[in-house]
Amino acid sequence: MREITLSQAVNEALAEEMRRDPSVFILGEDVAEAGTPFKVLSGLVEEFGTDRVIDTPISEPGFVGMAVGAAMTGARPVVDLMFGDFIYLVMDQLCNQAAKQHYMSGGKLTVPMVLRTNLGATRRSAAQHSQSLQALVAHIPGLKVALPSSAYEAKGLMKTAIRDNNPVVIFEDKLMYQDKAPVPEEEYLIPFGEAHTKREGSDITLIATSSMVQVAEKAAEMLAGDGIDAEVIDPRTIVPLDEATLLDSVKKTSRAIVIDEGHQSYGVTAEIASRLNEKAFYHLDAPVLRMGAMDVPVPFSPALEDLTVPTPEGVVENARKLCAGEMIHAA
Amino acid sequence: MAKAKTNTEDYLRMYRQMVRIRTFEDNANQLYLSAKMPGLTHMYSGEEAVAVGICEALTDDDRITSTHRGHGHCVAKGAEFKEMFCELLGKAEGYCRGKGGSMHIADQSHGNLGANAIVGGSMGIATGSALRAKLMGKDDVTVCFFGDGATAQGLMYEVMNMAALWNLPVIYACENNGYSEYTKTEEIAAGSITARAEAFGIEAHTVDGQDVLAVNELTQKLVARARKGEGPFFMELMTYRYHGHHVGDINREYYRSKDEEKDWKDNRDPIIRFRAFLVSEGIATEAEIEAMNAEIEKNATEAVAYAEQAPYPPANEVDMHVYAD
Repeated sequence: MREITLSQAVNEALAEEMRRDPSVFILGEDVAEAGTPFKVLSGLVEEFGTDRVIDTPISEPGFVGMAVGAAMTGARPVVDLMFGDFIYLVMDQLCNQAAKQHYMSGGKLTVPMVLRTNLGATRRSAAQHSQSLQALVAHIPGLKVALPSSAYEAKGLMKTAIRDNNPVVIFEDKLMYQDKAPVPEEEYLIPFGEAHTKREGSDITLIATSSMVQVAEKAAEMLAGDGIDAEVIDPRTIVPLDEATLLDSVKKTSRAIVIDEGHQSYGVTAEIASRLNEKAFYHLDAPVLRMGAMDVPVPFSPALEDLTVPTPEGVVENARKLCAGEMIHAA
Repeated sequence: MAKAKTNTEDYLRMYRQMVRIRTFEDNANQLYLSAKMPGLTHMYSGEEAVAVGICEALTDDDRITSTHRGHGHCVAKGAEFKEMFCELLGKAEGYCRGKGGSMHIADQSHGNLGANAIVGGSMGIATGSALRAKLMGKDDVTVCFFGDGATAQGLMYEVMNMAALWNLPVIYACENNGYSEYTKTEEIAAGSITARAEAFGIEAHTVDGQDVLAVNELTQKLVARARKGEGPFFMELMTYRYHGHHVGDINREYYRSKDEEKDWKDNRDPIIRFRAFLVSEGIATEAEIEAMNAEIEKNATEAVAYAEQAPYPPANEVDMHVYAD
C-alpha cells in the first residue's frame, strides 16, 4: 500500500469530502494560499476557490461562531484553528453555542461542523503553543472528540467527522504532520467510538491516544525484551469512547496504563482509569496507572520541555513495576 | 420576499402581533409571580414595535437570532402561544421539548435560530447564517437581535469586520433600551453605538423603536438591499423595557426612576401610539380593537391553562438530543 504523510491524509480527506458535498467549506486563518503554517491545506484553494477555502481575520471567536451559524442553517463548515491552545479563545462559541444547540432546541437544530486543530508539546513552542486540551473539550456534552494517531486514522476520522451531524473537534499532533503511514487509495471511513488494537498482548494493556500511541508501541517493544507481553489500544475517539474494547482487554491482561498528552490532573487518563476501576475492578491485579503531561505550563527550554511528557522509558518503568506487583500498595 | 406593509390588513396584523407579545408577557409575568413558572425570565414589554416592525419585513426563509429577552422575537416570527407557554413551564409540548425554557425559546419552523442566554452570544451564529446564504447562493437575510449591553462584547466587532469584508446579508439590530442589565448603558459605553458599526464601513441607522411603521419601513428597505448583496447593515432601535432586567428585578430605583418609567409608558408606548393611528386613520374602530385585544387575551388564557395541565417530558428524554443521529 502507498504511504503518505498525516498532512497529506488530512488534505485528501478534505478534498474528497468537498468534491462529494458542495456544502462543505473551510474557514480559518491563513487556510487559502498559505495552506496553514503547517501546509496541511496546500492546494485546496486552487481546486475549490476562495469561496470554499476562506481566509479569515485573526478573530477566532468570530469565525468559530460563524461556523456554528453556517452549520445550523445547512452548511458543513470545517474550521481550522491554527493552534489547539486557541480553544481557550473560542470556548463560548464551542461549548455554550455549538455543543448545546441540539439539546436546547429539543433536537430541532443540528450543528454539523468540524473544528480541526492540534495538540502536542516537544516542538519548543512554549506554554501558549504546546498544550493538549482534548480533556477540556471532552468534558462538554454535545461535542465529539477525535485523536488520530497516524495518517490512516487522520484521513478516516476526518471524513467521518465531516459527515457527522454533531460538532466534532479533531486534534492532530503537531509533530506528526510529516509522519508517513500506509493509507488506502480507495475511500474508507473510520467509525467513531471504535478503538483499534494496535498490538495484541496478554500481560498488560497500554491505552494511548494520538502520538502517545507511538510511545506505547515503543514501550511495548522494549517490554517484549523483558518477556512482558503488552497490548496497545488506541481509542481513536475519546467521545464517544469504545469502553467495551478497553474493558475486554483489561479483563484479559488484568493491568493497564493509560497514556495521554493532556495534563494528568482531571484529564483523559483519569476518566479512562476511573471507568476501568468502576467496571473491571475484580479483574485487576494492580491499580490502573495514569500517565499524562506534568501539571505545569509547558516550558520552552528543550531540557525542561522533554521532562513534561510521557516517554517510552517512563511507560516501561511503570509497566515493569505493575507486572512485578510492586505498585499494588504503592501509597 | 415579504410584501411591503402598507395596507389595512398589514397594519392590523402588526397591531395584533404587538398586542400578542404584550399579552404573552403579562401572562408570563403572572406565571412567574405566582410561582408557577420555574427559572427566571426577561420581559420584552415596551419593545414590541422593534420585534414586530422587523419580523414583519421578513419571510419564513429569513433567519433571526434572538436574545435572553426573546419571547417577543419568537411571537413576532410566527410562534404560537400554546407551544411557547408549554416551553416556559418546561412541558413536553414546548418548542424545545422543555429543554430550552424562556432563555432558549425558539420556533425554528419560522426561521428563528433561537434565543441565546449569553449576552452577545448569537452574533457569530447570525453572521454565519448570512455567510451560508452567500456561499450557497440563497437570497435569505439574517437579522441579529441584541441589546445595547451586548455592544460591549468583542465578538460583535470580530463578526462585523468579516460581514463587511464579505458583504454578507446580515442586519445587526441593536435594541437600545438604555440599560445593560442593572446599569445605565451611557455609564459603560464610550462613544456612539452606530459609530462602532460605521468604523467597519457598515451603513448604520437610528430609528424610533416605539414606532412600528418607522421600524418596518426601514427594515423593508434594508432587507431588500441585503438580498441584493448590499449588506451588511446596522440598526439602532431606540426603545425601552418596562420591567427590570429580569422579573425579579423589582426594586430598581437605584438605577432607574419611576418617573422615567412612567414617562415612557404614558407617552411613548408603541401599542397605544399605533392604536391611536389606526383609529384616527379609520383603519379600525375602538370597538374592533377592543374585540381583537379580548380575543388575544382569551387565546393566551387558554394557552396558559393548557400548558399548566400539559405533561412534563418523560424521564427518558433527559439524555436524548445530546447528540444528533
